[in-house]
Parts: sequence; structure tokens; C-alpha cells
Amino acid sequence: MDMKSGSNLEKMLAAGHFAVTAELGPPKSADAKAVSKKCRYLKGIVEAANITDNQTAIVRMSSIAGGVLALKRGVEPVVQMTCRDRNRLAMQSDILGAHALGVRNLLCLSGDHQKFGNHPTAKNVFDIDSIQLIQMVKEMRDDRLFMCGEEIRNTPKAPIVEPRMFIGAAANPFADPFAFRVVRLAKKVEAGADFIQTQCIYDMDRFREWMRQVVDRGLHERTAILAGVTPLKSAGMARYMRDNVPGLSVPDSVVERIAGAKKGSDEGIAFCVEQIEELKEMEGIAGVHLMAIEWEQKVEQILEATGLLPRPKVEADEAPEEG
Amino acid sequence: MIVAERKPLDEIQQSLEGCKSVLVAGCGTCVTVCMAGGEKEVGVLASMLRMRAKMDGTELDIREATVQRQCDREYVEQLAELGEECDAILSMGCGVGVNYATEVLKTVRVIPALNTRFYGANVDEGVWSERCGGCGECIVASTEGICPIARCSKSILNGPCGGSQDGTCEVDPEIACVWQLIYDRMDSLGRLDKLEEILAPKDWSKGRDGGPGTTSREDAAAIDRGEASE
Repeated sequence: MDMKSGSNLEKMLAAGHFAVTAELGPPKSADAKAVSKKCRYLKGIVEAANITDNQTAIVRMSSIAGGVLALKRGVEPVVQMTCRDRNRLAMQSDILGAHALGVRNLLCLSGDHQKFGNHPTAKNVFDIDSIQLIQMVKEMRDDRLFMCGEEIRNTPKAPIVEPRMFIGAAANPFADPFAFRVVRLAKKVEAGADFIQTQCIYDMDRFREWMRQVVDRGLHERTAILAGVTPLKSAGMARYMRDNVPGLSVPDSVVERIAGAKKGSDEGIAFCVEQIEELKEMEGIAGVHLMAIEWEQKVEQILEATGLLPRPKVEADEAPEEG
Repeated sequence: MIVAERKPLDEIQQSLEGCKSVLVAGCGTCVTVCMAGGEKEVGVLASMLRMRAKMDGTELDIREATVQRQCDREYVEQLAELGEECDAILSMGCGVGVNYATEVLKTVRVIPALNTRFYGANVDEGVWSERCGGCGECIVASTEGICPIARCSKSILNGPCGGSQDGTCEVDPEIACVWQLIYDRMDSLGRLDKLEEILAPKDWSKGRDGGPGTTSREDAAAIDRGEASE
């Protein structure tokens, strides 16, 4: 089968396996070892790990640099790219560079507003939005053109060498207006999203209702939907997620369950395992995006408990060319 | 209208350092309506500066004048005589007024007393709210008269983003999510199907194409020259 990017994630999904992605937040420093340490927890047990792009608008090691470090340590990266910090020139140039360095998955995001981060007086960019970014990455890959319409070649005689990304996008079934959430997903699919990672799910009823709409529109057949889950470490974290994180829905029953348990962290993991078990059976779900925030060491335990280990093997590809 | 707010008094006082005589110059148009720099505000600011000077024991001659518009030569020139006798003009016009007074009056220093905020409407008593981003190419035909460039925190053309909840923006619960407003408007007009279309990337060069934006009208120039128009 012809691959769009040839990434491990793409191959696993194409082979029909239930895919697993994780999240790897780069350090708030130039410490490459911090990336290596997280890679040790994730290597061989997930198809790919998302390398976040200045998440919550806090400056961190760049997602492309973090992604290349991860790649060298045996973890395939999904490089996240937000519209907050770059205009269309910077984005395209970074996408060329990311491909040249071996990156094959790119997640296109709007980005958290700078107000939430550690440089609230910064000027945001938002030259294009996440849907337009998806379109741009797809046109670069499939039409081999820059956004301006020029061919992706160094000189008129040089070969066209286009960046080939497996294109991801986010979907948040818990934001409003609820009736429009599936429409926005449809727009992302139309724009060219090959896979979707959802906001983390705590409100399974609402998620189930959203997935019903997704399946009704047949969107699950045009894109691979990876359901987002984040294990809760404590009742305090559950309350924080409920009260302080925009665009998230945490039912009181979930908070009470964690709060009432003998050990909140064990209960958080048990709840996460139950969620994954349910998602594995849900129509239209192609995999799970397990975001163990600063808790990467628990990923293996959770996947083990859900019977998702060992990961199936797909045909190995030669390592992407560098330089 | 152009909406502005007066700068903090300390900042104004600091920027007047070394001046012994100042003309506080108001503007009779936008900033009068938004109560930031009209005749009344000129009077208030002038009194405060006089009081401060007295308390500090410094010598400061404060004069007052308000013209119809600081963005038209014929009115700005009215400030010349009074202004030239002073060390500086403290303009209570918007940023346009400060720049244009500097350009027209040439020899006098012009210091801003206001922070120019946005193009807005008077939405409630004493409340002004931004409604246009002055981007140079209006796209609100696609969003049924509601501007996401000016009113969405991320200027998203294909919203709402994942931070829209209960009709408010993730940035601040006091901010209405403009994409919720657009959605509701489309819904009420029976035009929700339009929201399935992807809006193309914006041509920002229409608003920020290098150097100051300039527009000219030959018909207006002809009238000025006394030529008959159609």
C-alpha cells in the first residue's frame, strides 16, 4: 500500500491495529537528558509520542528538537505545531526542516493563548488557523507546493523534495457549541487530517454521543480517531481539571470516585484502564492517545492492564534519511 | 469610533518632565464621544496637572484648547499659535492626532496623553467594545456581520476552537466567544450549512502591506480643486 508518510503510526493504523500514542512534554530547559529519560518509559510500548509545542504557552524546548531527540532514542515523534508562535513562512520552513530531520507525524493545533503562559505580554501570531495549517501541510505533501503555489524545489532544475507528514489534528467533544463539534471535525477531515487525537475524556456519556455523530457522518472511515485519556493522579488533580482547565468536562462522580478511594493515584489508574477497555470496543475508535502528564512511567502499567502489550509489529522501514 | 483611554497621571507627568508650559489639546470627535480626550477631559487633566505641580512646588503653565478634529489640517493648525508658545502640546487626541499634530506643527513637541485602544461601539452606558480590526479586507459577509478577526482571541477564521465553553472564551469568562455568536446568528438565519465551508487563509497584506496604509479618492480631490463632479 502506498503510504503518505511511512510513519510507524500510519503503518499501524493502515494495518488495522488499535493504535497507542503517548505524550512527551519537552523540558523547560536545554536538557536533552530529560527527553531521554521519558523516552526510556515509552520506547517500544507506543507507536508514537506527541512532542508538545510550548504547551500552555510556556516556553520549552522546541517540539521539533525534542522530536529529533526522541527519534534518536527510539521513540517516533508526533511533532505538535501551533499557530500561536509562527506565521506561514516559519511554519513551512520548520516543516521542511522537520522532514529533513526524520519527522513524519505532525499534529496541527491552534495553540493555547499566550495569556495562560509565562510570557503573557507576547504578541501572538495566528496568521493562519489550525484548519488552514492542515490544508497547507497536505498541499505541501500531496501537491508538492508551498502555500504560495511555488513548487518545493531548490532551483527550477533541482528535484522536488516535499515534506511528507502524516497529518494529525485535535478534536474537543467537550467544548461548545456541542452540535458544531462534529462539523468542525468534518472540516478538519476535509482539510486533510489523517488522524485525530481528542481532548482527554472524563465525561464518557458526552463522548459516546459525539462518537455517534461522528459515525453517522462516516468520518471515522475517512480519518483515524484516537481517543484521548489522561490518568488522574489525585483528587486534587481531578478538581483542578474540573474547575480550571477550559474546554474540559470532568463529572463530579469522577472527582468523588478518586477522592473516596484509599489511594487516589491507584484509583486514577484503575479508572483510566476501565476507560480504555470501553474505548477499545467503541465503534469508530482507531486507538487511544494516552497523555500521562509528567507520569510517563505509568504508561506501561496502564497498557499492560488493558492487554495492549506487547504492541503488534508492522513491517520495518529503513530509518528516515537525515541531512 | 476610535476608542482611547487616558494614560495614568504618573506616566503623563513623567513624559512632561522638563516642560515649563504645556498646551493640553483635546479633540472634538471620537475621543470626546468615548469620554477620553474631549473638552471636559482636557479640563480635568489640566486641573490635575496644575494641582500636582503645586504640590511638587514646580513651575508649570498649563493652557487648554480643544479642536474639532486633530486628524484634519485646518483644525490642527488652530493649535499652532497657542502651542508654539509652549514647551509641548499634550495631545488628548488618539494616536492619529498625536502623529498628525507632530507632522503639521513641526516645531513643537507633541506628547500623547491617551492610549488608543481600538475601533469600537458604545455597547452600554460607559462601556465601549471592539468591533473591527481594521484589517483592510472585510470578511464578515462570510460570518454574517460578526468579525472573528477583531473579536476572537486567536482571530480564528474557522472556529470555534476547543476553548469555547458556555458561550465564553477560554481566555476570560467575561469575553463572549465570538464563534458561538456567529454560530447562533447562522442558526437563527437558517444558514448553518455555510459554516461547513472552510474559510481560506487571510490576505494580511491588505492591512499591513509595508509602510502606512494610504487611500486616495480622486473625486474628493477634484471637489477640493473646485472642479465639477458628476
